[in-house]
Amino acid sequence: MLQVVLQKEKRNKYLDSLKFALYCMSHPLDGFWDLTHEKRGTMAAANTILIATVLIRVLKLRYTSFVIETVYWEDLNIFLYIASILFPLALWVIGNWGLTTLFDGKGRLGQVYMATCYGLTPYPLIQLPLMIFSNYVTVDEREFYSVLSGISLVFAALLIVTAMGQIHEFSFGKNILFTIFTLFAMLVMIFILMIFFSMISQGVAYFISLGKEFLFRL
Amino acid sequence: MKKATIKRILAGACALAVAVLLPLTTSAAERSYSYIYDYWGDVQDAPNAYTCSKVFTSSELGLDVKLKSPQGLTVVGNKIYICDTGNNRIIELNRPTPQVLEVERIIDSFKGADNNTFASPSDIQVSEDGNFFIADTGNARILKLDKDLNYIMEFTKPNDNTLDPALVFQPTKISVDSAERVYCVASGINKGLVKYEDDGTFAGFVGATPVTYNWTDYIWKKFATQEQRALMQNFVPTQYDNLYMDHEGFIYAVTGSGDSLDIKNGSVDVVRKLNLMGSDILVRNGEWPIIGDLYMGNGGGYEGASYFTDVTCFDNDIYVCLDKNRGRLFAYDDQGNMVIAFGGNGNMDGYFRRPVAIDHMDYDLFVLDELDCAITLFTTTEFGQQIYEAIDQFDKGFYEESEQSWRQVMALDGNYDLAYIGIGRALLRQKDYKGAMEYFELKYDAENYSKAYKQYRKQWVEEHIVQIVIVILAIFLIPLSIDKYKKIKWEIEKAELDELKRNGG
Repeated sequence: MLQVVLQKEKRNKYLDSLKFALYCMSHPLDGFWDLTHEKRGTMAAANTILIATVLIRVLKLRYTSFVIETVYWEDLNIFLYIASILFPLALWVIGNWGLTTLFDGKGRLGQVYMATCYGLTPYPLIQLPLMIFSNYVTVDEREFYSVLSGISLVFAALLIVTAMGQIHEFSFGKNILFTIFTLFAMLVMIFILMIFFSMISQGVAYFISLGKEFLFRL
Repeated sequence: MKKATIKRILAGACALAVAVLLPLTTSAAERSYSYIYDYWGDVQDAPNAYTCSKVFTSSELGLDVKLKSPQGLTVVGNKIYICDTGNNRIIELNRPTPQVLEVERIIDSFKGADNNTFASPSDIQVSEDGNFFIADTGNARILKLDKDLNYIMEFTKPNDNTLDPALVFQPTKISVDSAERVYCVASGINKGLVKYEDDGTFAGFVGATPVTYNWTDYIWKKFATQEQRALMQNFVPTQYDNLYMDHEGFIYAVTGSGDSLDIKNGSVDVVRKLNLMGSDILVRNGEWPIIGDLYMGNGGGYEGASYFTDVTCFDNDIYVCLDKNRGRLFAYDDQGNMVIAFGGNGNMDGYFRRPVAIDHMDYDLFVLDELDCAITLFTTTEFGQQIYEAIDQFDKGFYEESEQSWRQVMALDGNYDLAYIGIGRALLRQKDYKGAMEYFELKYDAENYSKAYKQYRKQWVEEHIVQIVIVILAIFLIPLSIDKYKKIKWEIEKAELDELKRNGG
């Protein structure tokens, strides 16, 4: 009996936190403050929003009208395509957390991730209707689509920046500064990763050629 | 028993050999002779729209003196003129039957002038009145002769003070309109085509290409000293290589001497269609620019963009460009879609070593090769004929027939994009919007799809107007009436409450 009640409680909490994403959209300052400080957000809801975002992005490939965009399926790697959202997101979360912990940001890694995912809400919300709308569009009306699509991206970006300021309890100026720093940190991380991979591959290539040479001499 | 095992081993060996060899033979398959570029710019093999039906060499034509680096080829009616540049003569050929060319006469001199021979004649045109116009390159003049080869007049170096006085006038390619005005491409003149009035006066330059340069060069030049700048390349318009006047009097002008990168990114137009004012009116609605081959990588020793050296235009506005670089022919339709590309460099029939000139007789193509000293005759195959038929039927307004023809084209080549778009356009004209949309969508033709869709949407709205009005009314009226109902209910309750209060009070 207790278990059932607890489970129901949990589900309500999840649905509430998911609904709270809408509140964050319309009241970003207030919403993102409460997200962590009042514990209004949940990881489950954040994951849901992220999955929805990825899903919409993949669905868009197939169900957006060819008038808007055409997909060269032969060259499409769906895992790389999904990674093109998840990888920058991971870089952003890690980079932001890494920098802000050094400069008294109050958010923890999980909170940074949660707030970023909540910030993505406008993307699936706007892109899904837009995807359906695209099928009723002619070339002359393409502009409507691109404007709305652009709005969804800008909206999401603004929300994410606001969210970071709120969970770290940063002032406006400091928030902007750290947004720029985070972008820079992302570049640095990409650079290091690239060096890392090229080193590894060269190292591996060395041992492979060594092995080959050895086999030839044998 | 033993025999059976041997047999089995043999069979196994055969199977193995086949299995090993088959993939090899398939992977070594060459690109087909004809191809198109699809929506994505990928090469799609196509059936031959043209086949080489005969190659005419000097001996085939029965010439005593062999052709020597011939430059010009012109078809007028049933006659073919070749400028045998190296031998300073012009050869007039006749085509009694489709597969036969006969030498009618060899023109190496004319009457009525002091200098009555040619020096490296490189182009000849015949006006509607039958007068010959000959670009006598080595003698720095364009000759006008009557049909019995009597000298009428000559066109010489334009009297224009923007031209360098030291420049030797070398007219290489000419074109004559119905009023016998002459348009000329001369080497060393990059201001456009040289235009002469019919009385021989210079009428100005027509259709110069816009000057292109890239920003890095420009900035670099800003910082350079006077001496350095003098050594750098100037930003000048590209010079035309050849020209062709179509049946409507528009001039197709081609140039090959652009930088490959400029050609690829579209800052240099290698084909232009000039009107009387000299402005470019070529329609470029195709998915890809009209530059011949899209891939310019180094393959088989040839690299860079296609070098268009000549162009010819059929009466149905399909024009064929000749690429000197890879020895290919590229046919485009009036919208700028590639109809077919075929040919190549090589020594077999249907391949070239250095093609220089092209012209057409009906839908047959004659290509002159400078090194092979031969004329190659291309005739349409069933596939090519079907395409032309479909286009002609569409132009004449026989949309159903055009649709059927395109369907036959499609049956011959399911990868032929124009067939789908052709069917779509025919269906669009037959007011089958839904069907047209399907065909356009298959080949990603967004422009035409939108045209069809706009009509379809309009039709749909007109058919469903009643339902639409009902739905819209419902959307507005239901919430309104609910509000109204609530308000009335609330008022009644309030009135009752007040009543109760009053009574109680």
